[in-house]
Amino acid sequence: MAVLVNKNSKILVQGFTGTEGTFHASQMIEYGTNVVGGVTPNKGGTLHLERPVFNTVADAVKNTGADVSIIFVPPAFAADAIMEAADAGIALVVCITEGIPVQDMVKVKNYLEGKTTRLIGPNCPGVITAEEAKVGIMPGFIFKKGRIGIVSKSGTLTYEAADQAVKAGLGISTAIGIGGDPIIGTPTVEAVKLLMEDPETDGIIMIGEIGGSMEADAARWIKDNKTKPVVGFIAGQTAPPGRRMGHAGAIVGGADDTAAAKMKIMAECGIAVVASPADIGKTMAAELAKK
Amino acid sequence: MNLHEYQAKDLLKKYNVPVQEGIAVDNVKAAEDAYTQITTQTNNKFAVIKAQIHAGGRGKGKVVETGINGVKVAKSIEEMGTYANGILGGTLVTIQTGPAGKKVNKVLIAQDVYYPGPNETKEFYLSILLDRAKGQNVIMYSTEGGMDIEEVAHNTPEKIFKEWVFPGGGLQGFQARKIAFNLGLSGEALKNCVKFVTNLYNAYVGLDCAMLEINPFFKTSDDKMIAVDCKMGLDENALMRHPDLAALRDVTEEDPTEVEAGQYNLNFVKLDGNVGCMVNGAGLAMATMDMIKLSGGEPANFLDVGGTANAQTVEAGFRIIMKDPNVKTILINIFGGIVRCDRVAAGVIEAYNKIGNIEIPIIVRLQGTNAIEAKKLIDESGLKVQSAVLLSEAADLVKQAVA
Repeated sequence: MAVLVNKNSKILVQGFTGTEGTFHASQMIEYGTNVVGGVTPNKGGTLHLERPVFNTVADAVKNTGADVSIIFVPPAFAADAIMEAADAGIALVVCITEGIPVQDMVKVKNYLEGKTTRLIGPNCPGVITAEEAKVGIMPGFIFKKGRIGIVSKSGTLTYEAADQAVKAGLGISTAIGIGGDPIIGTPTVEAVKLLMEDPETDGIIMIGEIGGSMEADAARWIKDNKTKPVVGFIAGQTAPPGRRMGHAGAIVGGADDTAAAKMKIMAECGIAVVASPADIGKTMAAELAKK
Repeated sequence: MNLHEYQAKDLLKKYNVPVQEGIAVDNVKAAEDAYTQITTQTNNKFAVIKAQIHAGGRGKGKVVETGINGVKVAKSIEEMGTYANGILGGTLVTIQTGPAGKKVNKVLIAQDVYYPGPNETKEFYLSILLDRAKGQNVIMYSTEGGMDIEEVAHNTPEKIFKEWVFPGGGLQGFQARKIAFNLGLSGEALKNCVKFVTNLYNAYVGLDCAMLEINPFFKTSDDKMIAVDCKMGLDENALMRHPDLAALRDVTEEDPTEVEAGQYNLNFVKLDGNVGCMVNGAGLAMATMDMIKLSGGEPANFLDVGGTANAQTVEAGFRIIMKDPNVKTILINIFGGIVRCDRVAAGVIEAYNKIGNIEIPIIVRLQGTNAIEAKKLIDESGLKVQSAVLLSEAADLVKQAVA
């Protein structure tokens, strides 16, 4: 079962017929993900990757019963696509798109207020429940089935962590790429909560980076609610202040959002913090052995 | 993307935000003409010259070559000429530029706003930015204007006010009035402040600003409310819908290597260390920099080559990193997921051969799909390249290289 997505999830692809959508939807299908169809306005009624294409998300939901949507729509139209999915009652929206204007996301966040839809991302690699469903752009083969959950702002660093966990004799339950933008749908603390409550997850790897206060918020929650080991890493210990490091949200603005400040509060809250990204897997194994 | 003061003020005027009027010029003659024009309009012999660079602290900063401050008040055309001569083309060093300073290509000749009148003048602070945690825009303001706001926040946090703007409805009248009251304004100044804040918020949203700071936000002796200085940062993601704003980019303000990297679609930030790195993905790139430091080196750069680590991008990356003579070794760290490691390895070998005389050691760590085949390709290439599969192995190789 794990969290967010599983083999019973019915997945819809928004931006289905574009280059990115086509490539990644094929990879998802190859992984065994239950892709039930896609949405591309004006291409409704056609077939793509042997699945139906709809003009609107509402049509797609009515005809397929889809409950999860993944978005590959270009940045100028991505906010609209997220809101359309929420309006159609999709329970989980995963937005891969990088480069959405911040003011668009201010609008989206407000729109989702009070709705039951959960947004993951944007600017994220997606969500994968090992050997059940891949709703994202990650290389599926790295995520061998196991009982470690991952929450991460970064794509390749998530793959690195998963690979290390597998090489340390562990495996992955669900990996959640929450995204590297300043405004994202599911902050670190909410993703950690899901995994903390998941009976199929025994340990959590939490990967953050400079900028914002999400890791500190998660750390404070973990301090009071920790029932399983959490290993933490913060990327950007050597990043200069005031410079954006690739991700739109990765920028040191003050004393509280440096890597050092985040690592300190995480350690104080009982998280096993590693300084080197090379130590993530073995530290998780050591923490589990302590139990 | 940051704008110059004169560019930001031009944009604010389009949103009916009153600003300290001025004329941007790039030579001494034009500065003198601007002085004449401005002083005639204001009927006041004082005018201000302000160096246009992307950094604060200009008033206290000095032009290295002449010792003149970056902001000066001139009371005659001769004085204006002297100042313009001493600032234009010079290197201005301020608390924010670092010791290298910034070259001044333009100056803004602006009206003197501290003219005498019926009431006293006042300097306030006002900025609009994103509150990441709330996902809302917030207006930050203070009665303590004209000084470093971080110091005010640190020493007297009670003097900083915040007003969050509800995204569904925008800034409301009562909120703008509250700001004016909290600044202690009344009468005409209050009315002018409400208009100023409302129009400024419209500019912030309309221009897709990442941040907008008015310091000082100034009350004149005749109760006008105007922006004397303006710092404006634009959301790079939104430039696609503002081609006119994208054209305002001043590449002379940026590191030339970073500009060149941008032309190859490489995400590059120049740093001061001795170990260069080339990585796919921003998070892994930062993590790789951290690992270099832990191995005893200092990262020379941040470089995210993105999803396509092919021969062309690797070659461009090599060339850009090697422009820095301090770089002793380069670490390539690629986690190949959908992009296969053996193809990346082939690209590295091709790029290496094309460049030819690479004298510094190269460390290549390839992990993911076909990592073993990739290592074999590198090891058998006969190049001066060390290879690794695990991140910890790469760390050890960096340690040896910088020892």
